[in-house]
Amino acid sequence: MKVYDVVIIGGGPAGLAAAVSAYDSGAESVLILERDDVLGGILNQCIHNGFGLTRFKESMTGPEYADRFIKEVRKRNIEVKLKTTVLDLCEDKTVTAINEREGVFFVRGKAVILAMGCRERSRGALNVAGTRVAGVYSAGTAQKYVNVKGFLPGKNVVILGSGDIGLIMARRMTLEGAKVHAVCEIMPHSSGLKRNIVQCLNDFDIPLYLNHTITRIDGDARVTGVQISKVDQNKKPILGSEFYIPCDTVLFSVGLIPENELSKNAGVELSPKTKGAVVYQNRETSISGIFACGNVLQVHDLVDFVSEEAELAGKSASEYARRGDREKDCVNCIAKDKITYVLPQKIDKNQSGNVTLFFRANGVYKNCRVVVENDGQEVLSLKKRVVVPGEMERVILTEKIIKALNGDLTLKIVE
Amino acid sequence: MFDVAVIGGGVIGGAILRKLSSYNLKICLLEKGNDVCVGQSKANSGIVHAGFDASVGTLKAKFNVLGNAMMPKYARELGVKYENNGSLVVAFSDEEMITLGELKERGIRNGVQGLEIIDQAKLRELEPNISPNAVGALLAKTGGIICPYELTIASIGNAMDNGATLFTNFEVDKINAGDSFEIYSANGQKVQSKIVVNCAGYGSQKVANLIGDYSFTIGGRRGEYILLDRESGGFAKHTLFFTPTKKGKGILISPTVDGNLLLGPTADEVDFNNTDTTQIGLQSVIDKANEMCVGVPTYNVITSFAGVRAYCDKHDFIIEESNVKNGFINCVGIESPGLTSAPAIAEYVVDEIISKRITLTKNPNFNGVRKPDYFFSKLTVEEKNEIIKKDPSYGRIVCRCERITEGEIVRALTQNPRATDIDGVKRRTRAGMGRCQGGFCQPYVADLIAKVNGVTIDKVTKNGKGSEIVVGETK
Ligand SMILES: Cc1cc2nc3c(=O)[nH]c(=O)nc-3n(C[C@H](O)[C@H](O)[C@H](O)COP(=O)(O)OP(=O)(O)OC[C@H]3O[C@@H](n4cnc5c(N)ncnc54)[C@H](O)[C@@H]3O)c2cc1C
Ligand SMILES: Cc1cc2nc3c(=O)[nH]c(=O)nc-3n(C[C@H](O)[C@H](O)[C@H](O)COP(=O)(O)OP(=O)(O)OC[C@H]3O[C@@H](n4cnc5c(N)ncnc54)[C@H](O)[C@@H]3O)c2cc1C
Repeated sequence: MKVYDVVIIGGGPAGLAAAVSAYDSGAESVLILERDDVLGGILNQCIHNGFGLTRFKESMTGPEYADRFIKEVRKRNIEVKLKTTVLDLCEDKTVTAINEREGVFFVRGKAVILAMGCRERSRGALNVAGTRVAGVYSAGTAQKYVNVKGFLPGKNVVILGSGDIGLIMARRMTLEGAKVHAVCEIMPHSSGLKRNIVQCLNDFDIPLYLNHTITRIDGDARVTGVQISKVDQNKKPILGSEFYIPCDTVLFSVGLIPENELSKNAGVELSPKTKGAVVYQNRETSISGIFACGNVLQVHDLVDFVSEEAELAGKSASEYARRGDREKDCVNCIAKDKITYVLPQKIDKNQSGNVTLFFRANGVYKNCRVVVENDGQEVLSLKKRVVVPGEMERVILTEKIIKALNGDLTLKIVE
Repeated sequence: MFDVAVIGGGVIGGAILRKLSSYNLKICLLEKGNDVCVGQSKANSGIVHAGFDASVGTLKAKFNVLGNAMMPKYARELGVKYENNGSLVVAFSDEEMITLGELKERGIRNGVQGLEIIDQAKLRELEPNISPNAVGALLAKTGGIICPYELTIASIGNAMDNGATLFTNFEVDKINAGDSFEIYSANGQKVQSKIVVNCAGYGSQKVANLIGDYSFTIGGRRGEYILLDRESGGFAKHTLFFTPTKKGKGILISPTVDGNLLLGPTADEVDFNNTDTTQIGLQSVIDKANEMCVGVPTYNVITSFAGVRAYCDKHDFIIEESNVKNGFINCVGIESPGLTSAPAIAEYVVDEIISKRITLTKNPNFNGVRKPDYFFSKLTVEEKNEIIKKDPSYGRIVCRCERITEGEIVRALTQNPRATDIDGVKRRTRAGMGRCQGGFCQPYVADLIAKVNGVTIDKVTKNGKGSEIVVGETK
């Protein structure tokens, strides 16, 4: 069996940045396994602008952004296997994969990086009543038909869920000549980026119905309409509030789920909150030598942050490949009031450097403070004008704070 | 001229077609859908019932018990997944325990073996997640589970491999009954046959009416289901039933042969073509499931669906030659346990009824063995690599959730009975049946359908005309 310093599962933006960073920090043999025909992951179908604003201070399309990293990979002696699906990962970091040329084969990484991205929640997962006819898609699938295959899934569209993909598809379908009649969101706020609401809905006069959901889908062979209802505080449809929109297409943009089947089989501990691995600040998972980054770890809003996180994971994996496992001195980071999750979930005090804590608020809060506490004391407090669930926030803990930690650390929002 | 034309490509029509193909006969199957198995046989509980439910002396009781005994071999020959997981009828009161005693008695009189009443302790040992309110159960060791669409598709495919002809998009619309039968479809096709077998499920009343047979009426009763992720498959090992009451059988909780967990069905009177799911129905399934067990992982739903039972006003199967016309055979009112009974019904229809009208001689070339539709993921590494070496497309995963390869999908698109639409590929290969429900693989599958049939993607449908998956090219 061939052994590599670092084996990376997934060749999306996370896998690409991790590979470059692992190589540049000294890994001698790096392998990327990607099931698609091309590198770049989900970016290949995101032909809209707005990628790279943070990192490169310019607005690029998804494929352009991916291309920068693909070029960097190609410049280096990094091995890439395309059309290769990873079937299994073991705790000992043996990877089972399959492709047309080699059949089923095995490789081992001294370190392995999980970069499998995420998948969309489907209509089925929501248990929406009605017929199961043609014309119901997840937004990403519709995006693939439109942007990659060049076909329009339908002409009269209702979108459920105001996540970024749903918002972007509202604009895309409109530009392609379809009429988007409504975007329904069950929550009192959108989970998408503010700029997407403005640029994708407002600019095209597409109505956004907050606190609304689709309660029935009608149609014989293809969708003919949907029933929409207002919901109460418990997200239960309010009887009598129903209204009907005739349409031929329903798009679901109801959340992304990190693709962690492989991680689970390997025995990696997963967080019920993020549905991704529980990690240390260097992005190492509960299995030593297995790292995770990008959307498989936490669903990011911006690819720029995916690249940043992947670089950290790549560097850490390369170090691990050279030096092996090291003793840890661990404290937990715990999400408290008004916070959905914090990542990393664990801090290893033996690692040097500052630690950035990423977190999401569980609602919209204005003029609030983000407070980090340890041992009953406030160690850090940060003023925020506004925090929203749709945008990931961060606080930086200095090495000095880390070294002084005594027991678990908590994070909360105070209004 | 065909010797026998079977109307309706469900599990009954399929089983009869296969049985017929073991004789020297020219036979065909006429199905209204764009694919076979689009009626009740695709959306049911998939239970191979033991046979204690049906009243003593009914055809249901007779064919259920016979079919149950035939099923393991039948499934093995056709490469269909079957599991003898056993079933439990659970009692929640002393009164219900008495009913269980009656069920057991009835089962014994129907000829069911391996029935045993167990107490609470034993029940808990068998099913740790059972509700603490359950007091005991009737254990039926011969109860099993099977994949109903796989069974239907495999029987039809096997019959075709042995010479049968399939007509899809053939909705029988007119029959001229003379010395033989001239059968016309709504879209202008015509088939002539000496004998006709009416297995048209919910359409069987209409088909019988075409020759002037008004001897029965068919009603529709919908059943809604919720399917949970494979992750939850181990939640129950047996098929768990409530004790039947005057109000009906209630829902069941069962593992499926593919390792998912199935909850349902409800029962309400509807039109035949109404396979809509409803909020009320789905909620009642969840509520009932939570009465049966503790901690049912309903957060793990991957899809919900409904099937419509086509039941007959006589409340038993009707399996006989029509009084109106010789050579016209009705197999109708085949509601539950029709799936279980299918192999036994087929044997009876061919060997006892058709044989009286036409001489049957064995087809010397008949081969009743069919390779399973989806199989690749179950093979050893060596076996997989052997296949990939010959056909590299088996090295390309298309459906990531169920791990279905391009080779398997192309096989489903080319072998009998050929899939021609997205749903057809799904039922044959499981591509799109996993937790992402086709979100990832549907565009790939659509490409393959288009490629194999030499058309563009906009001609590809979900399940026949009117269900095209895209409406045209982008600007
Ligand atoms: C529709 C959509 C619109 C977006 N719009 C924007 C935007 O406007 N601006 C912005 O900054 N960000 C946007 N994003 C976010 C950004 O694109 C993602 O955060 C980023 O692509 C995530 O990168 P990743 O590498 O973690 O995952 P992915 O891009 O999903 O890559 C994962 C890769 O792993 C491969 N893989 C998975 N499992 C296996 C396996 N078993 N074997 C082999 N390979 C495997 C996959 O094929 C894929 O190529 C958008 C995301 C989506 C989904
Ligand atoms: C909710 C539910 C749960 C069930 N659970 C079980 C179970 O657990 N175990 C069990 O043993 N049984 C069960 N059953 C019963 C079992 O599913 C049926 O008995 C069996 O599928 C009947 O098969 P069929 O071939 O008669 O009918 P169908 O599968 O309905 O086939 C009839 C076919 O005829 C076609 N057709 C109709 N009209 C025409 C026409 N004019 N021309 C041409 N073709 C036509 C239809 O398109 C259809 O494909 C259940 C049924 C339901 C609905």
